[in-house]
Amino acid sequence: MDVLQLVVSGLANGCVYGLIALGFVLIYKATEAVNFAQGDFMMLGAYVCLGLTNEQFLGLPFWFSVPVAILIMGAFGYLLDATVVRRMFGQPQVAVIILTIAIGFVLRFVAGLIWGHQPVSLESPIAGRDVRFGGVVLGLDEVAVIIVTVLLTVLLYFYFNRTRLGIAMQASSQNQLAAYYMGIPVKRLNSLIWALAGAVAAVAGILFAAKGSIEPSIGLLGIKAFAAAVIGGFGSLPGALLGGIIIGLIEPFSSRYLAAGFSHIVPYLLLFLILVVRPHGILAQVHSKKV
Amino acid sequence: MRTVFKTSYDADIDLFRHSAQAGWYVLLTVIAVALPWLVNTFWLGEATNMLIWAIAGMGLMLLVGQTGQASLGHAAFLAVGCYANVLLQQRLGLPFILSFPLCGLIAGIAGVLVAIPTARLHGIYLAIATLAIGILIDDLIVVAEPLTGGVMGLFAPDISIFGLTINRYGNPWLLYWLVLFVTVLVVLAYRNIQRTPLGRSFAAIRDSEVSAKAMGVNVAKTKAVSFGLSAAITGLAGALMGHFAGIFNNETFNIIISIQLLLMIVIGGLGPIHGAFFGAMVVAVLPQAIAISRDLVTGALGMGSVAIPGMEAAIFGIILMVFILFEPMGIYGRWLKIRTYFELFPFYRRDMFRRQRSYLKTERMR
Amino acid sequence: MTALLELDHVTLRFGGVTAVDDVSFTVEEGEVFALVGPNGAGKSTVFNLVSRFYDPAAGDIRFMGESILKRPPHDIARLGIARTFQNIELFEQATVLQNLLVGRHRHRGTWLLNEVLFTPFVRNEERRHRAAVEKVIEFLDLQPYREKYIAGLPYGVRKVVEMGRALALEPKLLLLDEPASGLSVEETQDVAFWIEDIKKQMGITVLMVEHDMHLVATVSDRVLALADGKMLALGTPREVQGHPAVVEAYIGAHAKSKVMA
Repeated sequence: MDVLQLVVSGLANGCVYGLIALGFVLIYKATEAVNFAQGDFMMLGAYVCLGLTNEQFLGLPFWFSVPVAILIMGAFGYLLDATVVRRMFGQPQVAVIILTIAIGFVLRFVAGLIWGHQPVSLESPIAGRDVRFGGVVLGLDEVAVIIVTVLLTVLLYFYFNRTRLGIAMQASSQNQLAAYYMGIPVKRLNSLIWALAGAVAAVAGILFAAKGSIEPSIGLLGIKAFAAAVIGGFGSLPGALLGGIIIGLIEPFSSRYLAAGFSHIVPYLLLFLILVVRPHGILAQVHSKKV
Repeated sequence: MRTVFKTSYDADIDLFRHSAQAGWYVLLTVIAVALPWLVNTFWLGEATNMLIWAIAGMGLMLLVGQTGQASLGHAAFLAVGCYANVLLQQRLGLPFILSFPLCGLIAGIAGVLVAIPTARLHGIYLAIATLAIGILIDDLIVVAEPLTGGVMGLFAPDISIFGLTINRYGNPWLLYWLVLFVTVLVVLAYRNIQRTPLGRSFAAIRDSEVSAKAMGVNVAKTKAVSFGLSAAITGLAGALMGHFAGIFNNETFNIIISIQLLLMIVIGGLGPIHGAFFGAMVVAVLPQAIAISRDLVTGALGMGSVAIPGMEAAIFGIILMVFILFEPMGIYGRWLKIRTYFELFPFYRRDMFRRQRSYLKTERMR
Repeated sequence: MTALLELDHVTLRFGGVTAVDDVSFTVEEGEVFALVGPNGAGKSTVFNLVSRFYDPAAGDIRFMGESILKRPPHDIARLGIARTFQNIELFEQATVLQNLLVGRHRHRGTWLLNEVLFTPFVRNEERRHRAAVEKVIEFLDLQPYREKYIAGLPYGVRKVVEMGRALALEPKLLLLDEPASGLSVEETQDVAFWIEDIKKQMGITVLMVEHDMHLVATVSDRVLALADGKMLALGTPREVQGHPAVVEAYIGAHAKSKVMA
């Protein structure tokens, strides 16, 4: 039972990593840019919802705040791309990485300014409740995380592979100039994808905040999520989730069974190993090209 | 710009394009040497700090600006150099004059070791791998506690050269000159690399690996050499950092420092040596500037002095965003444009430095 | 005439596509040999095989009698084979001079330690390289562009610099990948003259891929026509141009009767 508890909480954490990783992969798949601020998006999403719901701030009903927070973060993502990231158009990838790192710094600071640096928890109806399956007790918040994550991944997978918009996004990431020629409004699509990533990050943040307490520096989780995306296969949506789950599961088990201090290292060692052995991740998505 | 009339191949090979340029740098060097007589101890310490960061910046610049390889974890080599230097002095009793170059060598070997598995990685994947190393070094230092003192850290002994004892508070002048000396050596080495086949092969790898290979450049080996040299220089900076700070632990070399190093050379200007110096100036001066302006602001607004965590990082981030958006060539780029404006006045055209727009072509099909 | 480059029943597959299908030919020393064929025929792939970017599934490639299949790509330059690229792979953030100097990498006589210290030996070597590169600049009339960054240069000049970089290597065999593509009539004439000079004055053997049949007819000694990775015809330019299989590949079977032999 104890092991099962570890598994479930590991899975739940893994799903949060997976959701953040999903955000990375969304942006990468559509624009080949890496958004190092994705973790901070999640943090911001959590805080926006918290700021709307919690008694000490606005105290609005939970089920109202959630979609509003998601919408706000979607708009934030769109605006960020439209005003700032879009200017990076035509510049090498590294520039966007550096830009988003800087954005992350600023977001962290602003969140601390607005909502303070004390750890707070989201007041939600699913916190602290339990679910029973035939003798096994699981936290409702953790189960909710897992279910929502899987649903979202499946939805996004179909979106990218079946809808016109999704395919248009894939096209513009593979060859922007050609996409333009085909009449695809590349810049607007890019902003849409950033909006989507912002919304997904908001979901991740809300779920995370419902599970435990948050403070402005939780955005640094993004680095672990990043490792997850790479391990699972950068460019693959199911891969992002897979990577997140792997890391989420490894963490509690390694801290239980390995010497102290090693549990921190394991996700990054795994990352390094994957990069050396199979750089494109487990669910690799690279095809060889005729020169 | 000044037209140089060249009469021999040496004009292309020499360090300076013309005697006037050499003159400026001589003047700069003279001022730098005379600095202890010109400023007080506090600012001398700041200058020393800046020079140390400039050395670290040059190390990273060699890898990122010259060879085009990303590194988000260079603080790892700062750490290797720092710990190696102190441990060689404390555990093996080596004098500074031996432990210093040796720690550079050790850091260089560490760089080569990192390069070997990552040689095949490109762009984003290399960045991630180096990020992983930057994160790992923090924990590795803690895990290697018997050697490194773990979270408690180590004290850096005073530097002792030829009977002179140098430490930051005892004789800051000597420490400053030592650091300046190392800086000049590194700059010379860097310039020498740039004007020889080695530096050209680095640039070739940066711009087109495929044709570098076709021209006979052993890409994997050259990348390893670049990593090694870069790590060695950064390691030397780390050793000096240890002596300057007096005490250090795993926190001194965390991932934020790695990222700060990278952001620093981007702000300064990626590519030319000056970029490392300009970036180092920003990093060294920023905390002081914030402190001074905060006092001004809170004084003017009548608020109590409030220390907001993360403000320094946020301001650094904002500066970076401004540069990336409006001046991707960094401070050096802006300086170059200003200088060209005055040199060509009134014939300067705004688009002389315009970058060619490049449309995205996926990296996933290579 | 000794055989400089030999391809011996070379086959290469990419997944399901056979890019090069049992191709054999020899390039004799001192000649200009052209590879022609419609797009997708496998011409540039042959170049990439010689440059060792790909490993053939079958067959052997020999240079000066010895197989090169065990060698890594960067060894090829050292053997004396230089190449240009169809889509121009110059070093954009460097000057023309620096690009040409990289072409001298094969002749590097210095190493890490003395380069960092910049000993007088290194200075002499640098002068030597600079003098060699100047010869190439003179040959190709690149004087006005020495200090210019590639990023600002027009397409025609870049093509010339690309060729110059390959020449700076002082190769025995020069692989030119579509040297005239994208060039105007005058620029193509210049290319024709240069190839003649390369062959006669420098004694360098040239293997080129080209679409411009006029250029091919003017400068080549022998031509090999490829289509879909297979060999169609091998001979003098006139022989190959009139060959029925070649005509069919380019224009189509029903037009055969309309083409003058």
